Amino acid sequence: MADLSVNFGGIKAPNPFWLASAPPTNSGYQVMKAFDAGWGGAVWKTLGVPVVNVSSRYGGVNYKDKRLIGLNNIELITDRPLKDNLREIEEVKKRFPNHAVIASLMVETKEQWEQIVRDSENAGADGIELNFGCPHGMCERGMGSAVGQEPKVLETITRWVTDVAKVPVIVKLTPNISDITVPAQAAVSGNADAISLINTIQSIVGVDIDNFVPYPIVDGKSTNGGYCGPAVKPIALNMLKNCAQHANVNIPISGIGGIETWRDAVEFILLGAGSVQVCTAVMHYGFGIIREMLYGLDEYMDSKGFETIDSMIGKALPNVLNWEELNLNYKVVASIEDEKCIGCQLCYTACEDGAHQAIALPIAENGERVPTIIEENCVGCNLCSLVCPVEECITMERRDDESKKQITWQERTKKGTIPNTFNDQRGGGVGHYIPSPADALKKNEKYKIKRGKN
Amino acid sequence: MAEFKRPKNKSEYEKNFAQEYPLMNDTEAHYESSRCLFCYDAPCINACPTGIDIPLFIKQINTTNVIGAAKTIYESNYFGAACGKVCPTEVLCEGACVYNHQDVKPIDIGRLQNYASQKAIESNAKLFKAGKSNRRKVAVIGAGPAGIAAACELRTLGYKVDVFEAKAHPSGLTIYGVAPYKITNEEVLDEMAYLEKQLGFNVHYKKAIKSKKQLAQLEKDYHAVFLGIGLGETRKLKIAGEDLEGCHGAVEFIEKLRMKQHKVKAGDKVIVLGGGNTAMDAASETARLGASEVVLAYRRSKEAKGAYSFEYDLAKQVGVKGLFNVTPVRLMSKKGKVAGVKFIRTESKKGKLVEVKGSEFVVDCDMVIKATGQSKRVEFLKMIDGLEVDSKGRIIANDAFQTTNPKYFAAGDSVNGGAEVVNAVAEAKIAAQGIHKYLFPNA
Repeated sequence: MADLSVNFGGIKAPNPFWLASAPPTNSGYQVMKAFDAGWGGAVWKTLGVPVVNVSSRYGGVNYKDKRLIGLNNIELITDRPLKDNLREIEEVKKRFPNHAVIASLMVETKEQWEQIVRDSENAGADGIELNFGCPHGMCERGMGSAVGQEPKVLETITRWVTDVAKVPVIVKLTPNISDITVPAQAAVSGNADAISLINTIQSIVGVDIDNFVPYPIVDGKSTNGGYCGPAVKPIALNMLKNCAQHANVNIPISGIGGIETWRDAVEFILLGAGSVQVCTAVMHYGFGIIREMLYGLDEYMDSKGFETIDSMIGKALPNVLNWEELNLNYKVVASIEDEKCIGCQLCYTACEDGAHQAIALPIAENGERVPTIIEENCVGCNLCSLVCPVEECITMERRDDESKKQITWQERTKKGTIPNTFNDQRGGGVGHYIPSPADALKKNEKYKIKRGKN
Repeated sequence: MAEFKRPKNKSEYEKNFAQEYPLMNDTEAHYESSRCLFCYDAPCINACPTGIDIPLFIKQINTTNVIGAAKTIYESNYFGAACGKVCPTEVLCEGACVYNHQDVKPIDIGRLQNYASQKAIESNAKLFKAGKSNRRKVAVIGAGPAGIAAACELRTLGYKVDVFEAKAHPSGLTIYGVAPYKITNEEVLDEMAYLEKQLGFNVHYKKAIKSKKQLAQLEKDYHAVFLGIGLGETRKLKIAGEDLEGCHGAVEFIEKLRMKQHKVKAGDKVIVLGGGNTAMDAASETARLGASEVVLAYRRSKEAKGAYSFEYDLAKQVGVKGLFNVTPVRLMSKKGKVAGVKFIRTESKKGKLVEVKGSEFVVDCDMVIKATGQSKRVEFLKMIDGLEVDSKGRIIANDAFQTTNPKYFAAGDSVNGGAEVVNAVAEAKIAAQGIHKYLFPNA
């Protein structure tokens, strides 16, 4: 059995699964329950300036029958008294001394920051996370993402804290910025011990089309919120990679954004996360979701021979390059396994209308429905394999000469062999099949709009 | 076979004849519609005789555009709600669903179709509009699936339509001939009322067209006549004892059951003669009425039976026993009532079914149901000048369902020899368009 324990920038925890600062860490009751269920750490719901919350706070994004692939909230930081929170942190630490309890903080002035850092440390917090990410409500008061979007201000406040803090300091970053590595570097300059990302993404999750109001609705009106849940994972992974690969961002990163399964967690760790933080999955399924994550991570590590989390961190980073460093000689084409094909022809219509017209239909009269790849038209885009509803039915097969040396755009630029007119032969854009526009009208497509004729 | 107690009242009857495909609730419809792959050139559409754009209506259900879904359904099929319940979807749309190739449960298309159609009916959604009057009149004989579908389509084309129906209710076998666990009388009639209200054709009930004089009048009063006359009574077996009390034709028995429900008494020991879908229905129905033993007797082998295997399975599930390779010789009587059937065993020799000499035996029973096919309405058709039928008594019609008497069009069982509701509805729509083309060749 693998060792799942982590030492994240000096914060120790029995496993890398932490609760993110959010409604599930609103109280000692919840955090104790989570630790008891198996969570390794918790970042307390942000303590800070007094706030008032509105009623009706969340909006969801559903996809077909799947609920909450995305969640948006307009809730603010904790609205409970600071002394209650501090007392409960102390109580939790007493009962779970080896679990990580991190105080998330958001105040305004230097004095307030220094005071609340001391208060948190006195309560027994193992670390401090600076909430520079909240994209609604607090930013309008000059806090949260308003700080995260101003690297200089971020650095200054981080320094206020790191100057007085005795425990590790994590800076939580907002994704509502064009280059995440800029605030990440500012955090490093401010002596942060670690960063965590991403906070929620500014969002409107949908509109009530009968009453013309976005969700969530507060007395007939709405506001933008912060988006999280499975839908944001790809954005989070990319930002994580950007920070993890950056030469100046050489501090641990806690990964956040749509993590719901062990597989998500592994992906974050492989791209450089030293711990992962979870919120939406718990808001949807409760603390019990941890067991799937723990078992899955453990089994994955055993199967891959990883003995520690540390040995996994960033394993995928060397394989993430700039586009110009990719091998232009590499060539794959799609291959359909006839035996597995169920004849939905989604690959055909996807390729026909959305890609390169590289899939042919069988002759329908024979009752046959398995399409065929026209290899010479196939550019190896993967689309057919992505829409295919059958696992491993469409695979991408390598067709280039593997013994040939690779060539990249970068190398071609150096050699002076990049195209210099629109899609000239050297660009590779000339030569692959494009039907003539009028051919489209000869296709007796089955989905023509029939209405409105009579 | 004591699964079913004899129903004494309507609620017990409804329990015994519980709907095989109950109405979906919103959640189930949402989950089921989410599974549809939205296939290209979807096989389900091709398998539907009315060619409903099934992936579209399923997507519309999924996006909560349920009335839009109903519109998609009704555009192709005027019996949207009924067909969702009574179609043999296992061999049509659902049988063609690509999920079958992956051993995954196919999409529950029939129930989704019924769900959307019912919502439209319940909310009285206005989906149809009669066409602008073209001052032409069409008489429709028979208010069955073919007749009603033809009437609907003709109304959208601007015709004045009078439907003449011998019975008291519209929809033909949908209400009189389909097994009660497939669709309720209320469901059938609600849809018929919904169509009639929006499209405004006139149905004249209990107004059978029987004489040459009546036909002549119709020919005089109307620009075209549509025949949706279906089939006739259960065919005679021509064996001794057929007229005994306790011997029923399946079509007549089912009609009585549909109308009188729990007031119909099944025998204690029932023998159903036949191997088609109607035989399966009659066997299931007598079992559900509380018969203690139901035997399905068919002259050919189990494999050769005409019924869909899922219909046979349904009968077996309620305890019906199959007796194959037997043919009835005569019905036995006791005090003027049926007391048994004398069978003789059969076997197949060089592809021919022959009786096995000396193999006669008697099975006791107190009720016999003959599900051995319906007769054709040959006598009636003889009254129409120039109208020809084929050797099996089916009306001869061209691709537009025009008969050999150009003023007469026909569709449904009387043309196809006996098929599903959906076939009649599909054909009748084409026939109505054929009438339009006939009366307005330049339209």
